[in-house]
Amino acid sequence: MKEINELKLPEDVRYSKDHEWAKSNGETIRIGVDDYAQDQLGDIVFVGMPEVGDKFGKDEVFGSVESVKAVADLFMPVGGEVAAINTALEDAPELVNQSPYGVGWMIEIKVDNSSELEELMTKEAYLAVLQGE
Amino acid sequence: MNDNIKQGATGLIMDEPLLWEKGKKGRIGFSLPKADVDAYPLDEGLVGHGPDFPDLSEVDVVRHYTRLSQWNFGVDTGMYPLGSCTMKYNPKTNERQASLPGFSNAHPLLPQEMAQGVLKMMYDLERCLADITGLDAVTVQPTAGAHGELCGMLIFDSYHKSRGERRSKIIVPDTAHGTNPASAALCKMTPVAVKSNENGILDPERIAAIMDEDTAGIMVTNPNTLGLFEGNIKAVAAIVHEKGGLVYGDGANMNAVMGIVDMGRIGIDVLHLNLHKTFSTPHGGGGPGTGPVCVKKFLEPFLPIPRVVRQSEMFALREDFPQSIGRLHAFYGNVGVMLKAYSYILSMGPEHLKKVSQLAVLNANYIKEKLKNTFHLAYDRPCMHECVFSDKIQQANKISTLDVAKRLMDYGFHPPTIYFPLVVNGAIMVEPTETECKEDIDRFIEAMKAIAKEAEQNPELLRNAPTTPKVNRLDETSAARKPCLTG
Amino acid sequence: MRYLPHTAEEINDMLGVVGVSSFDDLFKSIPEDCRRNNELRFPGPMSEWELNAHMDSLSSEISAGPDFKTYLGAGSYEHYIPSFIPYLVGRSEFATAYTPYQPEISQGTLQAIYEYQTLISRLLGMDISNASLYDGAMALAEAMLMAIRVTRRKKIAVSNLIHPHYRRVLRTYFAPTDYEIIELNGKGNGQTDLEAIDKIDDLAAVAVQSPNFFGCIEDLQGIAEKAHAQKALLVTCFSEALAYGLFKNPGSLGADIVCGEGQSLGISRSYGGPGLGILACKNKYMRNIPGRLVGQTKDLNGRRGFVLTLATREQHIRREKATSNICSNNSLCAVTAAMYMATLGNNGMQALSRLNYNKTEYLKQSLKNAGVNIPFESPTFNEFVVEFPSGFEKKYKDLLDRKIIAGLSLEPYYTKYKSHYLLTVTETKTRKDLDAFVKEVVS
Repeated sequence: MKEINELKLPEDVRYSKDHEWAKSNGETIRIGVDDYAQDQLGDIVFVGMPEVGDKFGKDEVFGSVESVKAVADLFMPVGGEVAAINTALEDAPELVNQSPYGVGWMIEIKVDNSSELEELMTKEAYLAVLQGE
Repeated sequence: MNDNIKQGATGLIMDEPLLWEKGKKGRIGFSLPKADVDAYPLDEGLVGHGPDFPDLSEVDVVRHYTRLSQWNFGVDTGMYPLGSCTMKYNPKTNERQASLPGFSNAHPLLPQEMAQGVLKMMYDLERCLADITGLDAVTVQPTAGAHGELCGMLIFDSYHKSRGERRSKIIVPDTAHGTNPASAALCKMTPVAVKSNENGILDPERIAAIMDEDTAGIMVTNPNTLGLFEGNIKAVAAIVHEKGGLVYGDGANMNAVMGIVDMGRIGIDVLHLNLHKTFSTPHGGGGPGTGPVCVKKFLEPFLPIPRVVRQSEMFALREDFPQSIGRLHAFYGNVGVMLKAYSYILSMGPEHLKKVSQLAVLNANYIKEKLKNTFHLAYDRPCMHECVFSDKIQQANKISTLDVAKRLMDYGFHPPTIYFPLVVNGAIMVEPTETECKEDIDRFIEAMKAIAKEAEQNPELLRNAPTTPKVNRLDETSAARKPCLTG
Repeated sequence: MRYLPHTAEEINDMLGVVGVSSFDDLFKSIPEDCRRNNELRFPGPMSEWELNAHMDSLSSEISAGPDFKTYLGAGSYEHYIPSFIPYLVGRSEFATAYTPYQPEISQGTLQAIYEYQTLISRLLGMDISNASLYDGAMALAEAMLMAIRVTRRKKIAVSNLIHPHYRRVLRTYFAPTDYEIIELNGKGNGQTDLEAIDKIDDLAAVAVQSPNFFGCIEDLQGIAEKAHAQKALLVTCFSEALAYGLFKNPGSLGADIVCGEGQSLGISRSYGGPGLGILACKNKYMRNIPGRLVGQTKDLNGRRGFVLTLATREQHIRREKATSNICSNNSLCAVTAAMYMATLGNNGMQALSRLNYNKTEYLKQSLKNAGVNIPFESPTFNEFVVEFPSGFEKKYKDLLDRKIIAGLSLEPYYTKYKSHYLLTVTETKTRKDLDAFVKEVVS
């Protein structure tokens, strides 16, 4: 397991308390799990995804991520409708471990309320939370 | 490694292929009976090609499984201190009794007057279990512990329904076995978790805070999965009963308290037992088992049907119990397993069964005392029949519970239960059982001490373990990413 | 006592190490008001020899000895079991091992179960099988819960020609839920009436048994078409696994999930248990199937090995969100079944099934020729229904005295079939037995 100062926490995304990141790319917001989450889970073997068109509110469960011996729910950092899912994760769930912010992204959503993105934590705020834990 | 400690090292290892990698078309291992009638026509549209099975001779099959057996560690191979599983010796006389042709050839739908011997056995077994637990009525129909838990939860559901209530929650301690909340969920009850206190047991105050009239009751394990007696159980039961709830007891740890504790007296209304744990029936690599359910008198009407009843000198199966939760099995449960437990109970008798618990608890406390400075003891209190350590000390050398467990195999022992209960990080749960003699327990203790030393001085030995068995650590990640379940 | 090795001296030493002076001290943490007020009262101890005598006596109180000719089936079948199978499966390395959670020292069990999964998949024509469940009845219940999970619908259509006890168990499992069971009745030819299926909307699955409780082969392909037209799954069930040595397997006819009882595969009847619950499905439902699964993998040196896998479906990880509460499987029975299937092979399965079929047809035709009514015209395997003259119960009792058990009366299960009996013929009956049976029954 990594030490907190070893974690990769990019500046250009927002973080949720459930160790997920969210980043706006214009029309939609892209979501994935962060470096802390993938490190804690270990080798990821399966990502349970929603379907395109599914709608979830903020903090609702939209999917799950599994390692050999553990399962964790995935929560919506912001509410919205699923516009795209990363189908590459079906055959290669390890992408989440290798590149959690890049090719290991999970879903893209059309948001109901774009201010919810601003309510998420910046890197500094998130780091403080991790150090407090 | 000290050769005096290392025992049960693997002998001959043959690399035996899979069944369909062997054999030759046209071989057969079966003695086909004579075809003494004509062949009758059959619509060819219904006929298949037969399954794609390999063709093997009797010798092929016997060698195959004999070789496979050499890669397995059983209780008969060596000490198997799996916490929560009670891996005690499985007496072979039990096997003799279960294979008597009268029992093994009995068809379940025989006219009941022709099946008196097996019905009497079931009835007597139920009476014995009632005596042992202190509860009133028993069913031996559930075929596993989890099946017994489901039975218990269905009884809860029916009981509350019979009183015009629909209770949606059930209290489950954080130390509970996963089958507890899973069984509750099957009955559409939502588990409400409650934390144990700093002594590792349930706190009446915490229960009182969450118990209400929408809670069906509580599921407790006593002794609990930390190997500790739930000292506040009577108070907890009173709180639950006061709000109209029921108390379910997971009796997986019954081996610690036979002849000592009265499960009825402590407030348990429904209790399941595991014949394949406490009552010596073999685990079989994962089953078959039996999970009898014992209840207080007022819950007897809800027991599954058919029930074995006594009608003067005869025994019968009766279904006329209108409040019963119904059937849980196509027939009456795992009679073959019941016969073994019944034989065990009669072989031990009351005096030896009590001794079983006394010795099981002695063995566990002895190990606890001897290892408590080598491995971190989760709760430094008297334990029952099992004790829980953790890898806290070894983590300083970046050695985990998993590494310790794998290295123990090289010393000729089956590892204890690891990473359960979840409330202890890196848990190592050791349950020696009463059938382990002092020398083997001392050898186990020496092995654990040697491993702890290796963890400090030569941790690579642990990380690369095991090296003695047929295979070393397996890639479970790929097995889960790209499952290959069929050959 | 021979299972309690401690000597008095050792006990004293150990008590000393623990720091107590007696057994009672070890239990000090148990409050007085939790203790028994009385001693245990059940019988014993018996010496090994007393136990033998006691059990021999109980066993002899089961009066269906080897000289009896039993024509009972209905979920428990009399088949020959080669003597080497109990010998092999009784090896204590298999019998006294625990669940293979530590795979390195459990490769025997793991490979044997992987082979079982494979052979069952091939027998049923399905992609995957789990490591077994408790019995056929519970397998049906789990199969229906699985179909409901996968389709997210709440209604299931269940044939009344599925074994009555299996349907009772299904209802027990469904009692706390709001799932709906719609019954499908039988037709005059002994098969299930499928008409109602088209009219049910929001259907999760259709469940039928083949051969069904009356012994008749169902039109699985036709049922598959109807179910799939409703976007529902086809769940097929069986109580006699040997049928698929002869008949087309359910996978080839469109089944999505197959469940059933595997006791016929080398497991003794033992008054109904332990049996073998079988559950198999298509690949796409892999992460939804309950029960244990063994998968193939490699070790650090690249050697082939086997492990329990996809454990995240199960209760010890998922807890209340698990696919089922099931923890154990019927491992030793599954290994027995694998041994039996390996012993028969493709050749033997076909030959033995064909023998069962022919002997059953011989009895059926002989009874027909002797004037007995065979009410259902559909093809059967090794069970079929006859209608004896009313008042047959008296003759049934007389036949018991002559050591013949003339099948199973259907009336307790289907009240309209007052004089109907289910007869089962396996490879254990000789032509002479069958001729004698006909003679006795029509005399």
